[in-house]
Amino acid sequence: MHNMLKPRWLVEVIAVWGYVQRNYFLTKRYFMWELVWLTFTTVNAMSITFIGAGVELVGGGEGTDTERLMTFLLIGALIWSYLSMIFDVLSETVQWERWEGTIEYTFMSPTSRVTHLLGMGVYAVVYGIARTAVVLGVAMLAFDLDLSEANYWAAMVILAVCSISLVGFGVVAAVMPLLSPEKGQQVTYIVSALLLLVSGVYYPVKVLPDWMQVIAQYSPVTYALEGSRAALQDGVGLSQLWSSIWPLLVMGVVFVPMGLFVFYLGESYAKRTGKLKRSG
Amino acid sequence: MKALELRGVEKSFKKRRGEVVRALDSISLSVGKGEVVGILGPNGSGKSTLVRVISTLVVPDRGEVEVFGIDATRHPKRVQRSMNRVSVEASFFKKLSAMENLLYGAKLYGVTSAEARPRIKEILDNIGFARKRATEPMEHLSRGMQQKIALARALLTSPVVMLLDEPTTGLDPRSKKDVQEFIRKIREAHDSSILLCTHDMGEAEELCDRVGIMMDGKILALEESEELKRRYATNGRVPTMEETFMAATGYSVEEASAEGDQDA
Repeated sequence: MHNMLKPRWLVEVIAVWGYVQRNYFLTKRYFMWELVWLTFTTVNAMSITFIGAGVELVGGGEGTDTERLMTFLLIGALIWSYLSMIFDVLSETVQWERWEGTIEYTFMSPTSRVTHLLGMGVYAVVYGIARTAVVLGVAMLAFDLDLSEANYWAAMVILAVCSISLVGFGVVAAVMPLLSPEKGQQVTYIVSALLLLVSGVYYPVKVLPDWMQVIAQYSPVTYALEGSRAALQDGVGLSQLWSSIWPLLVMGVVFVPMGLFVFYLGESYAKRTGKLKRSG
Repeated sequence: MKALELRGVEKSFKKRRGEVVRALDSISLSVGKGEVVGILGPNGSGKSTLVRVISTLVVPDRGEVEVFGIDATRHPKRVQRSMNRVSVEASFFKKLSAMENLLYGAKLYGVTSAEARPRIKEILDNIGFARKRATEPMEHLSRGMQQKIALARALLTSPVVMLLDEPTTGLDPRSKKDVQEFIRKIREAHDSSILLCTHDMGEAEELCDRVGIMMDGKILALEESEELKRRYATNGRVPTMEETFMAATGYSVEEASAEGDQDA
């Protein structure tokens, strides 16, 4: 039974499963909270979609393709719900454990930090997909959406590639509570809010001021939304979505190693300054 | 080869307003294979920092920490595999059950659920922990029961070095006795080397092969308990461990265990 008899890779795989299973157990135990958030997300997505339905009645929106606008808004709400979930789970990696009081136990365990963050990332993706599917199901029942041309396969590829870069982005943000136990997590919420603002979740990026459009170019969410909308609303295939895919691939290749490196630096700093402590 | 060896370990922390606290001041100590070494000290004396440094959670400013000859600062992952820790706080996911926490803890050390389950049952039976309570959330268990689960979690990974940081602090007398009995069993049944930090004089005297006294980040003395007491003998009278502690530190037992600065 002793782990020293096992090859290193197997020990790491077991630990990845350990993190995934732990998060599943936590989701089960905090079921009522999960239900509250799911309801909130669903209602939020529906409310935003209704904005599209009301555009013509408000005035000034005559001639608008209401159905298309509603689909545009709902796709934004759904994809933001999914991607922000990945970002939140990753960015709360440290703070959650600090609050629970398990941070020291986890950080003195022998499995690597890559394993730790990979376990968190895998769970975030699986959980994000499940939750978004529920919201989408409810929305499909509530609205008459125009998805006749949808290329679901292309949209899924876009989201899969974007998930990787978002994991890297989340890992960078996760380092904040290591640097500042009191204020670090708040910074991650600001990062999340900025992503929402500049990435064109509920409007085309082109309506933003020039300086915001520059920032939007560095957000993986921008490309995920552009690509997904093109695939779902216009049925665009993968070959034509290359302009959305390659920036996401580049960001994935850059953000994941950068996230791990930044996290390594943050962890080293926390170990030098004694900040790797529980606060719950 | 020593199970644990520290040579000239120093650690200071910068506090707000630029104040520097010297938590560890030239600490040198060793724990032999299968030996139990106790460190007595008041709150804020540096015991917890000592445990954090050994468990690779804090990097020392100077000095060397070796676990079975492996440098803990340079090769933390290799050292972590052979070590586990029980701290004064119950470091668990409060909403998860004892079993869920134990399975998670085991996996972090590469032990699968299938391997861990029979071992968990054996350990829980050994400590008289009702198995059906293992499915209850940790927050429903008493502090004493939580601390037993913490010891079980540490034991589950078959550590050769165990770091016990005030494992009985804050427990009621009955729970304290149970936990101490469990530590005694670990000592007898396993080949683990144990560093036990405490401010319970009786616990240190009873469970440890050697006892050290720590104060302001320094180890003032580290000897077998009888020798330690003889060191502070006055007029030919060998003092009790409490009197020895008072003579060495200037603190009474009550003052030593009073709430203080836990940072050090």
